[in-house]
Amino acid sequence: MDLNLQELERTEFPVPAELENNIAITSLSQLYNWGRRNSMWPMLFGLACCAIEMIATASSRFDFSRFGFEVMRATPRQADLMIVSGTVTKKMVVPIVRLYNQMPEPKYVLAMGACASGGGPFKEGYNVVSGIDKYLPVDVYVPGCPPTPQALLFGMIALQRKIDGQSIANGDDVPWYGIGPAEPTPVPVLGPDIIDPRQMDMIRRQAEAAADDMALVGQRELPSGTQLVAAKVETAEAAGAASAAISEDALSFVLPTGGNPWTEAEEIREKRRLRALARKAVRATRRAAEAEEE
Amino acid sequence: MASPALAPDDVVNAVSIEDAIAYLKSKHPDAVADDEREGYSGVLVQASKLLEVARAIRDDLGFDYLSSATAVDYLGAGDHMEMVYHAYRTSGGGALVFKAQTERDNPEIPSLVSLWRGADFQEREAWDLYGIKFPGHPNLRRILMWEGFHGHPMRKDWREAYYEEEQKPFDNRWPGGHVHRSEEKNVFGKNVTYPQDIDLNRLMDTSESEVYASLGLGVDVERILDKDGFETNELVVNMGPHHPSTHGVFRMLLTVDGETVTSLEPVMGYLHRNHEKIGERNTYLHNIPFTDRLDYISSMGNNHGYVLAVEQLMSLGRKYNPPTYRCEAIRVMMVELSRIVNHLWAIGFWLNDIGAFFTPVLYFIQERERILDFFEAVAGSRMMCNYMRFGGLFADLPERIKSVSNLTNDRVRDYNTMQFLTEMVNERIPRTIDELEQLLTQNEILLERSIGVGILSADDAINYSAAGPLLRGSGVAYDVRRADPYSIYPELDFDVAVEEDGDMYARYRVRVTELRESVRILKQILPRLEATRGESIWADGKPGAYAPRVPFGEAYGRVENGKGELGYYVVSAGGRGGSSNPWRYHVRAPSFINLTPMGLMSAGYKVADIVGILGSIDIVLGETDR
Repeated sequence: MDLNLQELERTEFPVPAELENNIAITSLSQLYNWGRRNSMWPMLFGLACCAIEMIATASSRFDFSRFGFEVMRATPRQADLMIVSGTVTKKMVVPIVRLYNQMPEPKYVLAMGACASGGGPFKEGYNVVSGIDKYLPVDVYVPGCPPTPQALLFGMIALQRKIDGQSIANGDDVPWYGIGPAEPTPVPVLGPDIIDPRQMDMIRRQAEAAADDMALVGQRELPSGTQLVAAKVETAEAAGAASAAISEDALSFVLPTGGNPWTEAEEIREKRRLRALARKAVRATRRAAEAEEE
Repeated sequence: MASPALAPDDVVNAVSIEDAIAYLKSKHPDAVADDEREGYSGVLVQASKLLEVARAIRDDLGFDYLSSATAVDYLGAGDHMEMVYHAYRTSGGGALVFKAQTERDNPEIPSLVSLWRGADFQEREAWDLYGIKFPGHPNLRRILMWEGFHGHPMRKDWREAYYEEEQKPFDNRWPGGHVHRSEEKNVFGKNVTYPQDIDLNRLMDTSESEVYASLGLGVDVERILDKDGFETNELVVNMGPHHPSTHGVFRMLLTVDGETVTSLEPVMGYLHRNHEKIGERNTYLHNIPFTDRLDYISSMGNNHGYVLAVEQLMSLGRKYNPPTYRCEAIRVMMVELSRIVNHLWAIGFWLNDIGAFFTPVLYFIQERERILDFFEAVAGSRMMCNYMRFGGLFADLPERIKSVSNLTNDRVRDYNTMQFLTEMVNERIPRTIDELEQLLTQNEILLERSIGVGILSADDAINYSAAGPLLRGSGVAYDVRRADPYSIYPELDFDVAVEEDGDMYARYRVRVTELRESVRILKQILPRLEATRGESIWADGKPGAYAPRVPFGEAYGRVENGKGELGYYVVSAGGRGGSSNPWRYHVRAPSFINLTPMGLMSAGYKVADIVGILGSIDIVLGETDR
């Protein structure tokens, strides 16, 4: 969503005659997002074949600077967007996670192509990570092998739309304004095979189980179709239970001032929605009046 | 450094390969025997005598260029490991293939690094992926995987986490109406498998420390005191894998003394995506789109090398129709257009590396985009063309180029193909090359930066198995298109570009000359296309079989690609384990082997020159790491 100046100048608030056409009224979130979405600097960081198409997207014919992806920066400290452009290998995912941790918030990840999205044609390879989303949160997936520059541009514009939907008033949308430093993503370890520190307990349990019955670790029988569906349902229920537990905790949390952060945020959102509706109604009546005058 | 240069009278007068083999057998009767397996060529050498025989091959017979050295695991077909070497003469001609066998349990084959430095990385790869030890190798460490990885993954009995079946095509991927994904089968939800004896309490990531250990660091007091009173510390600088000038995810470890580089160690494997392991499971046809993704700048050239290798194998069988003339002409045209794309890209990115950041590239990419438009119209894809087939092509050239995915204001919308090609070959590309030369060839800054930097002598270039512009820039006129001709190159009129100086500028000049020679070839191809208009691209007028019956045997198909000599070593199992899948599929990647002399070329130059030297080699990581 772009800010349309003509739209913004029509406010329901009284504006002195000499300041007309000089005052625009919008919400802080919109202005904030407008700035962010149009200065989204990608990291100069190519992995494989897709990187060539990414360079083609950046250069003469396609030129993503037109959409606000002004310039690619080689250092993660100056980048807002990590385009994971190619096959992620186990050896490479370690530096990628480190780079991601070095990027300042707000940061986004775009998985470009089949390999970065899910392993692609090389998925079965012993050194291939089946999708960067196994290690990092991904905002936009762009399919293709490699995606054409047009497809990549579409994905980048989709990311801009995602940013448009974020609100400063919602703490989940802007976690970087939270208290204290953000938790870094744990860096994987190159042991006998790659080890995700988040799975350490699981690996330990599996290793113990394997030591007990000498089954091959990391492999198990494929459950039949019915079992698979049941497993999915179970996990969905478990996830539902977990989220319910979180929200109950949250609702019982009380701010030092006596308020509740979640209900307050809800109230703010509701007020904002009503205000927006009111503005919309005012605009509609004014347009109707103008139409009548004409 | 042992020089491989020969005095002419040392070379035994054994011109043909048969004479050379006869000479070897007479000189080493116990150690050398004909390889009598069906469809195989060359000689089998006893591993214990390999070094002596190889010395005779290099010094007595004049096969001074070791093109490829690779391992094959014959599990269930003799139960042995085998190293296969392809040696050539830089004066031209065919290969002398020699092999050494060893048992699978504790494989050991003497290293040939003392004879050919070019064997260095290839033997390290064989150790990494097959677990073959090479006594005498100066630095036998893993090269593509990390130190500490469990197992040697290319061995036939090593199975990866997502293992499903031995060969493709797999059974039903939709059992009982439910799709299954490999992640769901794996308990960790990832592509991982751990050995049973993993001890998480004493888990060590040794991959980094091992890499640095190869530099032999540690404070060398003698050296510090030896600096005429100056106490300069030697530093280790790590470049990559995330670095804008490493052309992907390549990594170098430099030790520097002030600004001067004293040693350089390439570190790779960050894009090792297991082409060869996957390729052994694929059918022959499956592998064609995978070859696109090796050197992803020039996919047509990669296709060509692979189809040549498999066609060589197919020609051993009873029923085989060679490609038609029109097919060969279109193949050569596509490959030469790829070469133009490759060299424009290589020169552009080399200029990035020496300081002209992205401005020249923008001009070159314009021309590249036009060539890619043509590829898209013909093959359906811009970059990954997947165009060539065994004995033919995916499709003939269309009458008109209709671009559907381009912008509406694009000039390439509905264009006569031959008119488009004629304009491109006669006007656009020569104009771009003229512009390039006008801006760069006498450019003062470029001359200052590149003349006398990154020197590789002719002897070293041969000994290190360098290929392509790197070899020809060092004064060795070796171009596979002329030295060991294939396709219709013998009848085409072109010169081999060669420069004597062996520095960065010489390589640049070689590339510019090759651009012009490619245009010259294309100009000869156009009338051939007109003359064969209407002729089928398939020998018997209908598309070839999708699952070619490939008889027993081995083949080494090689082409001169933009980056250098690209070779495919393919072993067919024939009836053994299914005829539609290769038993071994090895890629002799020029980008990989051209990095072997990187350390030699960099020592003594400044840090800022290193990225330029790397750019002048012109690597692409998809091919380096495979």
